[in-house]
Amino acid sequence: MSGRLHGPFRFDRLVVGAANRLAVTAARTVAESPGSVYNPLFVYADPGLGKTHLLVAIGHQASEINTGVRVEYLTLDEFVEAFHTAVAAGQGDAYRRHVAEADVLLLDDVQFLAHRREMQAELIRLLDLMQTGERQIVLASDRPPAEIEALDDRLIRRFAGGLVVDIARPDFETRAAILQRKAQELDAGFDAQLITEVARHEYVNVRELLGALNRLVALQAVSDGPIGPSEAVAFLRGAEAVEPGTEPEMGEPPAPEPAMIASADAGGAGGDEFGSFLSEVVATVADQVDAWRQRVAAAILRWEGEGYRTTRLERLLEAEIPEDPEPVLTQYEHDVSRLEELAQEATDVSSDLGGNAVFRDPDQVAEAEALVERARAGANPPPAPSPLWQFEELVEGGGNRMALRSGATVAAEPGTRYNPLVIVGGSGRGKTHLLHGIGNAIAARTDAVVACLAAHDFIAELIEALERDRVQAWRARYYRATAFLLDDVHLLAGKERTQEELYLLFNRFSEDERQLVFTSAVPLAQLEEVEPRLLTRLEGGLVVELPAPDREVRYEVAARLLRARLDIEDGELANYLASRPVESIRSLHGVVQRVVNAAEVKQVVPTAALARELLEGPAVQPPGRTRRMRASGVIVPAAGGVRNPEKMVWQWPTAVDRVIEEWR
Amino acid sequence: MSLVNFTSREITCKIVYYGPGRSGKTSNLQYIFGRVPEDRRGQMVSLATQSDRTLFFDFLPLDLGTISGFTTRFQLYTVPGQVYYNATRKLVLQGADGVVFVADSQARRFEENLESLQNLQENLLAHGVDVREIPLVLQYNKQDLPADLILTSEELDEALNFRSVKSYPADCLHGSGVFETLRGVSELVLRRLARKGPIA
Repeated sequence: MSGRLHGPFRFDRLVVGAANRLAVTAARTVAESPGSVYNPLFVYADPGLGKTHLLVAIGHQASEINTGVRVEYLTLDEFVEAFHTAVAAGQGDAYRRHVAEADVLLLDDVQFLAHRREMQAELIRLLDLMQTGERQIVLASDRPPAEIEALDDRLIRRFAGGLVVDIARPDFETRAAILQRKAQELDAGFDAQLITEVARHEYVNVRELLGALNRLVALQAVSDGPIGPSEAVAFLRGAEAVEPGTEPEMGEPPAPEPAMIASADAGGAGGDEFGSFLSEVVATVADQVDAWRQRVAAAILRWEGEGYRTTRLERLLEAEIPEDPEPVLTQYEHDVSRLEELAQEATDVSSDLGGNAVFRDPDQVAEAEALVERARAGANPPPAPSPLWQFEELVEGGGNRMALRSGATVAAEPGTRYNPLVIVGGSGRGKTHLLHGIGNAIAARTDAVVACLAAHDFIAELIEALERDRVQAWRARYYRATAFLLDDVHLLAGKERTQEELYLLFNRFSEDERQLVFTSAVPLAQLEEVEPRLLTRLEGGLVVELPAPDREVRYEVAARLLRARLDIEDGELANYLASRPVESIRSLHGVVQRVVNAAEVKQVVPTAALARELLEGPAVQPPGRTRRMRASGVIVPAAGGVRNPEKMVWQWPTAVDRVIEEWR
Repeated sequence: MSLVNFTSREITCKIVYYGPGRSGKTSNLQYIFGRVPEDRRGQMVSLATQSDRTLFFDFLPLDLGTISGFTTRFQLYTVPGQVYYNATRKLVLQGADGVVFVADSQARRFEENLESLQNLQENLLAHGVDVREIPLVLQYNKQDLPADLILTSEELDEALNFRSVKSYPADCLHGSGVFETLRGVSELVLRRLARKGPIA
């Protein structure tokens, strides 16, 4: 420990009353765990009310708890002077480090920061350094931060970010207790009545109170016998006599006065018997009530500081307490621990869930548990089927009839008929549409929770869950679904862990008769690197093929597209488009799109002729032409052999141009 | 009755003076009554026979004012000492926060002291209270009588105070030891403020 720490200023010499209870509790907390709570701690009070005592007591206690702690106590003036000296010696940085590396810095009289911009800036840096290093700083001032003239707003904010507490003037009981203790220390032997009388006066501060006591000690030393209460009061007022009942400056009259007078009048063996009885009762009650309330108040302060609601403890202070508050405090702490566990679990499930206010209220442990339970159960819903793909929009033809009817059955009776339903087909044939269509149809049912996603998303989610150690939550998200639809299951080939998860999910859904639907671009028999246990389960359901769209389907799709895009009904065009050889619905979409675009460029309504010209090229080379070598060297095939008219050059340069070209 | 009521901010202590007939229980209350300023005390209720024996019980309420924010009241009771009023004693004992056992120091009353002490224990047990748990002090009254008539405090301690509670020699008629006894029991009662509720 370094700095100037006054020996006698310790917590056990502090008399705690209503006026300083908060400050003392905060100070004790800081001393017990410096840097972790209330950092900075700012204590303000009028002079003589115990700020320095509190600061030094923190230093002593922190050092006693941990002998390795370095405590630095400085008044602001000492700090300024030392800093200036260090700067003058070229050691400014070293001194700054020296101060900032103290485990506990106690800075007294910081009201003298007023109008000292340079030192304010220095203090801001110091605060930041110490807070970053989790080192404790405690400041004392004779006024609150906001009342220190020209104090930098940043400092005010930083002080407010810790804890700002005040110490008020001591109340009667505290004054009496202070006097009693001091009288004992001085071995003054004053009786309780005298102490009570002196304490009744509202002294400006504790120093003045102790000054009065010291004067009485001196008076007693020169008196023949013990001094009485009246004599003491008269002495403290100067030579002025005391007239009972006419004591305007004696502050709030606590209980004893009438009793004392009555007792004195009564005379006899007892004299002030009732008065001294009352004094003892006052002291005992104050001790007991304060001790009890102090325990609860300290707990409130602590848990409030840690961000927990303390309604229960506040009620404890207000309510009738038939028993020791310890069990309530113990239960409260137990609940806080439980909330911490739950908050951690909630954070694991969802990073933003841990911040829910319910985890900061020990009166809501049940709600917190329910919240976590919901989170565990996957309150975050699984990905739903896309509303863009509705089952009704699918066009049924001879080729896909079986697949669509199977899908309709599954949608009507999920989990009971074809489970799983596996839709196999080449790319672009409408597997995804059918899958989502089934999903949407199931989702329309009451209480249905449909998980519908692509296999690559499923894999990516699992990887992320593994990275974040949240596999359980990830699983829960899907396990709560009533139907699980996975697109492109063939992409799971080689993904062993994902297959394992799917296997587990598969079993769970099958057992519960919850619907499973898969699509695959690869026939199951050709799937490689898929575990047999999963493959066999897929094959164990209904596997339906989604073939290339037949002409019937193509016609209907083309007609719909034309209606949707151009609002036209053109049977000939739809018929022509349907006649185009395409392998998938997606290709047909492409063809229609080309025709529509071409029509837009030409600013005409698309027709079958336009489509034909676009898709087959302008007609029509004279029949019977045979392939021959032109002078340009281009081989011109026979008209019927033109496979791609777009790639042919139909306008050739004139002969003159070609001569010039060749001549060059 | 509750010792501390944090809702109404009240502390109420019920202290019962117990002991054999004519040991001086009522005298204790009368002395206290005489020393308490009028605005601090209520009416002392005393139901006595023509021969000044307590028929039912004495009751002296004391208002000690506001202490640490609590309106503090003491209620002092005596019980009738005669053997045949046991039901009344039991009733008065109910809800007591502390007990002063007033023993008669006269040697000839020794047996009655013992019987009354045993009776106290039995009646407390009837309320489910262990005599070892309740704040209890002993007062050896009539110590002002000639020495050859009385037992000394040490002798009475030896005979009665087998639980080693605080004991006070007293002369209730003149007030010696009365407030010391009251202070003693009050301290014990108030020390329990933060720990226990009413005893029964």
